[in-house]
Amino acid sequence: MANTLSFSSETMKQYEWLLTRYPTRRAVLLPTLRLAESEFGELGVPEMRFVADLMEIPPAFVFGVVTFYTHYRRAGTGKYNIQVCSTLSCALRGSEDVVSRITERLGIGPGETTPCGQFSLSKVECLGSCDTAPMLQCNDDYHEDLTLEDVDQLIEQLRAEADGGQNG
Amino acid sequence: MTFRKIFTQHIAEADCHTLEFYQRNGGYKQAREALNGQDPDDLIEQVKAANLRGRGGAGFPTGVKWSFVPKSTDKPKYLVVNADESEPGTFKDRVIMEKNPHLLLEGILICCKAVAIETAYIYIRGEFVFATRRLQQAIDEAYQAGIFGNDSLGSGLKIDVTLHRGAGAYICGEETGMLTSLEGDRGQPKLKPPFPAIEGAFGCPTVVNNVETLANLPYILEIGAEAYRAIGPEKCPGPKLFCISGHVENPGTFELPMGIPLRTLIDDHAGGVWKGRKLKAVIPGGSSAHVLTADECGVAMDIESLAAAGTMLGSAGIIVMDETTCMVDALVNIMRFYHHESCGQCTPCREGTGWLEKIVHRIAHGEGRMEDLDLVLEVCDRMVGKTICALADAAAFPAQSIVTKFQDDFVAAIQNGGSPAWKRRHPSAVGGAASHG
Repeated sequence: MANTLSFSSETMKQYEWLLTRYPTRRAVLLPTLRLAESEFGELGVPEMRFVADLMEIPPAFVFGVVTFYTHYRRAGTGKYNIQVCSTLSCALRGSEDVVSRITERLGIGPGETTPCGQFSLSKVECLGSCDTAPMLQCNDDYHEDLTLEDVDQLIEQLRAEADGGQNG
Repeated sequence: MTFRKIFTQHIAEADCHTLEFYQRNGGYKQAREALNGQDPDDLIEQVKAANLRGRGGAGFPTGVKWSFVPKSTDKPKYLVVNADESEPGTFKDRVIMEKNPHLLLEGILICCKAVAIETAYIYIRGEFVFATRRLQQAIDEAYQAGIFGNDSLGSGLKIDVTLHRGAGAYICGEETGMLTSLEGDRGQPKLKPPFPAIEGAFGCPTVVNNVETLANLPYILEIGAEAYRAIGPEKCPGPKLFCISGHVENPGTFELPMGIPLRTLIDDHAGGVWKGRKLKAVIPGGSSAHVLTADECGVAMDIESLAAAGTMLGSAGIIVMDETTCMVDALVNIMRFYHHESCGQCTPCREGTGWLEKIVHRIAHGEGRMEDLDLVLEVCDRMVGKTICALADAAAFPAQSIVTKFQDDFVAAIQNGGSPAWKRRHPSAVGGAASHG
């Protein structure tokens, strides 16, 4: 099966630079998966196969690495990936209420994606921001010291952004 | 001597993370002197004399760790900075990386000189996107200014640093798991020995140090080992970042001398227990530490004092729980974490964390039996010290101490059909426990 994916020349340059920073080729696997993630938007089987071919590593090994970690953006994740920290410090300050509120607003539970493909919701383990509990990560950004009103506002804002993107 | 903050003194200022700001405040002076002329063995001796102990959790003396790295070797040597910061309740290294990144970079240079290392990697957890940007910005600035590279700080020494982003796995905070991950694999720990100092990253001698540990080095060189050792207790000296979260009025990171009483930290610095409530329990050193009851919180926050109190300083991640907290629910949460994060290669951990979660979960959900309390302790006995890394111990310690010290909460949940929080969420199920007998 021919793989039609390829890195842009800019990304390829970054990949070549990575190879100069480590004594082995395999060591650039994690950073290369990040490059693939941002180039292709997600890491599904074709993307993993592409990285395997590029780095001359068995695809099964790449699959094993990707699935060992929780933070790679896997295939089928919504445009806005909402991850609510649910570990102890956040739980003590109301993370369950944050999850319930998002479920109420979006109609999806943890582990689900809205049918339109815009939002995914998950409960995740400690994000290292316990002093600003409860908190969540949406794509790259931390949203901290959340009240339920903050949650409503964030969802409104993301919805507006998503609609703007679709119309524009 | 009055206490001077070294990590956080400037963090409220707008440009505190920039090279210009750092250098204007004396930054890179110590590294410049160390790289240009100081004897590596003298540097190691100074760090030993200062009795700097690792700030990542294990508390091993940093200078002693460095001295384990073989001096004559054909292999390259590496420094891998542990910036994975994944112990629940811990958020201190993040402050350094976001607000004072050049302090870490200066510490890296000093370590590299002392141990004759040319290549450093900073392994940062994948979720810390902002800290990654800040740190990369600082690294770029430092390269442009000739601080790193083939002629680091004009010394003729080659020192390179590369920021390496993790991808979400608690186990990568364990040093051998982190090295395996750095090499491009699943982050599964390895048996020690060989220790990383002999055979670490890429099979070569490697120093693994925590962010905060390295950030102490410029200050040690500045004031000297003797003055440093005078800060806090002699056996565990120095300035320290304490993280407080949970049920306090003012959660945050507080920089104070080692050895400050836990109760003082909570009451005077974190604003006390929130909502005027009473204290019930405190985890003093990240969720892997044995829990303390309110009566035990007079303890001093240093490695020796907390060990004597039957717990540990760990990562200094303090989680405070007020009188309304059900310790069964707290333990369910902690056990879910360790079950999720177990890498799965050792049976006692893979199976043990799963069983602990299952047993505590059923107690919380009104399906517990009195004999479950002994069962929890029995499962813990079969985990502690029986695995490649300390994750199994980290799961067992809170289970042992919470079940033992807060037995009343567990007995109440078993006898009354579940934990109070669970009963509130499932009113119709209350009283259903009898049918499971």
